[in-house]
Amino acid sequence: MRLYFDLLTTFLKIGSFTLGGGYAMLALVEQAVVRQKKWIDEDEFWKMITIVQSLPGVFAVNTALYVGYRIAGKAGAAVSFLGAVLPSLVIIGAISTCFQEFRENETVMKIFAGIRPCVVALILAPSVKMFIKSKLSWKFLPIPILVAAAVVFLKMSPVYIIMAAIICTIGWEYLKIKDIDKKSTDNHEEDEAADDDDEKNVEFISSKKEND
Amino acid sequence: MFLKLFWSFFKIGLFGFGGGYGMISMIQFDVVDKNGWMTNSEFADILALSQMTPGPISINCATYIGYNQGGIIGAIFTTFALCLPTILLMAIVITWLFKNKENHYVKALLSSLNPIVVGLIFSAGVLMMNKENFVGFESVIVCTIVFVATFFFKVNPIYLIIMSGIFGYFYY
Repeated sequence: MRLYFDLLTTFLKIGSFTLGGGYAMLALVEQAVVRQKKWIDEDEFWKMITIVQSLPGVFAVNTALYVGYRIAGKAGAAVSFLGAVLPSLVIIGAISTCFQEFRENETVMKIFAGIRPCVVALILAPSVKMFIKSKLSWKFLPIPILVAAAVVFLKMSPVYIIMAAIICTIGWEYLKIKDIDKKSTDNHEEDEAADDDDEKNVEFISSKKEND
Repeated sequence: MFLKLFWSFFKIGLFGFGGGYGMISMIQFDVVDKNGWMTNSEFADILALSQMTPGPISINCATYIGYNQGGIIGAIFTTFALCLPTILLMAIVITWLFKNKENHYVKALLSSLNPIVVGLIFSAGVLMMNKENFVGFESVIVCTIVFVATFFFKVNPIYLIIMSGIFGYFYY
């Protein structure tokens, strides 16, 4: 019971301070779950983020569900989900009568002018940390940079990038297993001629794994 | 009417990928173009409010639209509809993952998706570095200080948000 209450208050706090979108929650969850409560160790936390971000749906909700489930099973997932969503519902209900006034309120605008750049930093910092903690060598730095460039400049949808990566990885691993079985070496053609960037990414990683 | 709301947001929750902003355009299409629940400028107002209230933008957006259409019940309805596909999917994926942690393909996927997810989250931050969020050199300073404080000194992000808000109130 104590644990559920702890989960609920933790996610209520996180939900109330998630300003400027779900990604801003990342830094807050890390602080609370990894550093303060020590419910999940850092290594597992970043693995979890990888899974959660690769699935459809609301990132913040996925994260809350996963953390809750990991710590206290199904009931834990339900409790942390409630904690993450409740602040939105309550606050919107509370200001529903004065939407317009709230939006044009000068004090609110001033406060948000200060908070917005802070939120940007709170999204950038965890992503850099995530790369460092993944213990990949610096050789792999081009991958996140290429992905970010594809999204920012080419306006490529993350869905396609993730799907291409999944298909390439499974294909590559499958070929590798088949290679070992047949003991033939010249079987490395990839089926997907689709995404140059992503194919390169997967090749990088796979070759790294082979070296290990 | 409630059913239509539910279905629209269920669909968005199911196909929405990679965070709030991708979902916003889907919500806009369904709410403004397809069903005509509100005009484009009304939607823009709601979007601005969603960014100013705590919580994920897509959930806030769904809550406002639900509230706008059917009061508190409508708000709970749309929020739940948006989250339901995620809940179902997570239930399946998490239980499956916990069982197959040591699977060869699962391990390979985790390590190859990792740097890609890093790039995706980083790009979300870069996309937010626009004129709307960075109003002047002070914004750049705030961003840099917060980055250093959280990255190197592990300062609690909640304090950083509160302090930036106080700074904004007194400076602007």
